[in-house]
Amino acid sequence: MNMIAEIDEKLVCYHCGDECPDESIAVEDKHFCCHGCQTVFEILQDNNLCAYYDLNDNAGVSLKAKNFEGKYSYLDEGDIVAQLLDYQSEELSKVTFYVPAVHCSSCVWLLENFNKIKKGVITSRLNFIKKELSLSYNPANVSLKEIVELLATLGYEPLLNLESTDKPQQKNTTQRSLILKIGVVGFCMGNIMMMSFPEYFHLDLKNSIDANYQKFFLYFNFILSLPVFFYGAYDYLTGAWISIKENFKKTTDVFSVDIPIAVAIITLYGRSVYETFVNNSAGYYDSLAGLVFFLLVGKWMQQITYNYLSFERNYKSYFPLAVKVIRENIESYMNVMELKKGDTIFIHHQELIPADAIISKGKGMIDYSFVTGESDPVSKNVGDVLYAGGRQKGERLELIVQKPVSQSYLTQLWNNEAFTKEKVMPTTELANLFSKYFTVITFTIATVAGIYWVFFEPSLFWNSITAVLMVACPCALTLSMPFTMSTTMAIFGRNKFYVKNQGVIQLLNEVNEIAFDKTGTLTESNSDGQRPARVSFVGSELSEFEQKLVKTLTMQSAHPLSKMIANSLNIKGGKALPIDYFQEFQGEGIEASIAGNLLRLGKSGFVRSAINKEVKHTHSFLEINGLLIGYFVIETVYRKNWQTMLTNLSKNFKLFILSGDNDADKEKLAPYFNENAVYFKQKPQDKLNFINQEQQKGNHILMIGDGLNDAGALRQSNVGIAISEDIKVFSPACDAILDASRFGQLADFLKFSKTSLNIVKASFALSLVYNFIGIGWAVTGKLSPVLAAIFMPLSSISVVLFAVGLTHLFARFRKL
Amino acid sequence: MSIIFFLAIAAIIVAGGFLIAFIWATKDGQYDDTYTPSVRMLFDNPVKSPESKIKKDE
Repeated sequence: MNMIAEIDEKLVCYHCGDECPDESIAVEDKHFCCHGCQTVFEILQDNNLCAYYDLNDNAGVSLKAKNFEGKYSYLDEGDIVAQLLDYQSEELSKVTFYVPAVHCSSCVWLLENFNKIKKGVITSRLNFIKKELSLSYNPANVSLKEIVELLATLGYEPLLNLESTDKPQQKNTTQRSLILKIGVVGFCMGNIMMMSFPEYFHLDLKNSIDANYQKFFLYFNFILSLPVFFYGAYDYLTGAWISIKENFKKTTDVFSVDIPIAVAIITLYGRSVYETFVNNSAGYYDSLAGLVFFLLVGKWMQQITYNYLSFERNYKSYFPLAVKVIRENIESYMNVMELKKGDTIFIHHQELIPADAIISKGKGMIDYSFVTGESDPVSKNVGDVLYAGGRQKGERLELIVQKPVSQSYLTQLWNNEAFTKEKVMPTTELANLFSKYFTVITFTIATVAGIYWVFFEPSLFWNSITAVLMVACPCALTLSMPFTMSTTMAIFGRNKFYVKNQGVIQLLNEVNEIAFDKTGTLTESNSDGQRPARVSFVGSELSEFEQKLVKTLTMQSAHPLSKMIANSLNIKGGKALPIDYFQEFQGEGIEASIAGNLLRLGKSGFVRSAINKEVKHTHSFLEINGLLIGYFVIETVYRKNWQTMLTNLSKNFKLFILSGDNDADKEKLAPYFNENAVYFKQKPQDKLNFINQEQQKGNHILMIGDGLNDAGALRQSNVGIAISEDIKVFSPACDAILDASRFGQLADFLKFSKTSLNIVKASFALSLVYNFIGIGWAVTGKLSPVLAAIFMPLSSISVVLFAVGLTHLFARFRKL
Repeated sequence: MSIIFFLAIAAIIVAGGFLIAFIWATKDGQYDDTYTPSVRMLFDNPVKSPESKIKKDE
């Protein structure tokens, strides 16, 4: 009973649903967890938009610890604004933002009513799946900076980075044209079937009523079949033609599956036209339209992907859009791509260094973990070189740029040829492999049947040949692949493993080696890209008072290690201890006199009494009143189940570690990896080269990584999987994104991809059975149009149902 | 029986009208975002802007 009462008493923020620390922040009877949330509520109340809270309880985005002061100053710069806008004129500007915080229907409602909150905004439209907000506004009344700041205040901070200036390409056009084709062919198919009704019911119009009626239906079907053949089937016909030409030129020996399809389509059409105009009897238009319709639907299935995920990101989506620059004594904000050697730039706490530069003022504490995989921040002083990609923690830095962004140490990786050529996706390779034999066998059967009838019943010669070619269409064959694969994709997606396209599932099959990154992949990281660490103390156990002393000491310092140690010491209550003296020695340690005790914490040289013992992990010695107490060890935390997963995988795959970090964890990893399969201190380029070497040996290698330092290896590998705590935030270009919480299931995913390929093969076999039955009828020369119209779609549908059903069944069986 | 010609042609014309509507919708981008409209239709009345509310109060 007590429990329930306690829960009821909890104060929950009216805006974001977080727990409120106290009752201090409130408007009327509504409580808020922070002033940010209260501000949003007041803005909404003033604008009569409180329906926001009626749609979903506590719909808001928490605004704790958010500070936008000066963050968007660069949006005052006309040039930078112009790069962001989609359209610009004196009265109207259009802009599209990516807003990662969008999560519920309230968000849609509020953002689409944005024009009610901000004067000057004309229209506001949100694409929920893509989280894209399209705004149009009058630049005379409102500036882009005001809009962005208000959005950020409301909790919908748009993501602005270097990539935002790349205008989105029109990729909707291919999808639209496919949908159009499906619609048009579907229309023709339905109407052809309607016009074929007399035929279906064996109404012998020709003899019983009037030949004119029959001709009317025939010609109508002919007209309706024109768009099917010339528009709907266009891609298959040209695809086949190109493949034939390439085969003649000997540039390839792959027989595209388009060829047997095109043969069937052309025979169906040719025979139908012949029947219509020469024999005045029904053609196979309905079979033709059905065939093309199913093929197009299969094609549409094939290109389905997760369009709210980005698989193509490069360093640009990690880099800031603009930076404050002094060039020739003029201070301004500039797009980082325009930086030149000699420019002075300013970097604040938590900001990213956009170009290789030298420190001219300030002390750097740079976190390179995302770029190099090194887990500890590096301290840098005036005159030191900083490489692009590091994140400053601490005070403001003044830097002098040494190289333009595109030529920096990090971004050079993207000049590698692995990034310039597209990965080959074997979407139809299996079907193509099949199609050569298929075509040859079909033609052989057709010829044999033809020769047979020449001798026994010459009138059936053409009938039997064309019937064989028509019925032996590998339609079911080409459909089973996209349907099985897209079902597999959906099952993977349900398990938070998002593959880029269907080809990736096939590539997963061929994998025989797996390379892991260590930092952030095997070890944990959180969605801010920071790595949580376990702090432990080695030495005599600390008393409560000593713990309190250390906590007081470490609270004084802004050094990341001090913060980690302070957080790890969990002492409650008590009076704060008086600090008589405190000093921080940069790069050495900290010293303080607290409540009459002299404490020193730092490196072994700094803490003089420290033994010269080699500790591989990051560590810090502690000395109280001249006596060495012990040392703190900061270890990275490995993911849950990482050991079982590696043991499972090592049965079937050769495993490697490619880490940018030092070899502190070597012993920990030793049981799961071969001695010569663990590589430390790997630069991004080294990783890429290693993958390339393995591929030269004929291996198919899967790379799993999380950071920019893995980008090259992910791209070069056969399958690159990016692991991510939050799939909506940055992950480098890859073939698949795996949610970190499902890391342990990797082996299951690999296994299931094999299963689904086997299902495809089984449905190939089934469709072959259908083909044999069909050909059995066809060789006798008695394939009537009605029989074809029933048999052909039926075989396709049953193969698709078989493939999809089996995939679901296996997924349930494997508990995926 | 000749009414069948008229019926068949009329049926095609009606269906053709829907086909044209479909082509129009596709080219207009209705199939680019198939999710948001399903959320959008649940919102009730258009929100009155604050100015009009003030006027009412007066």
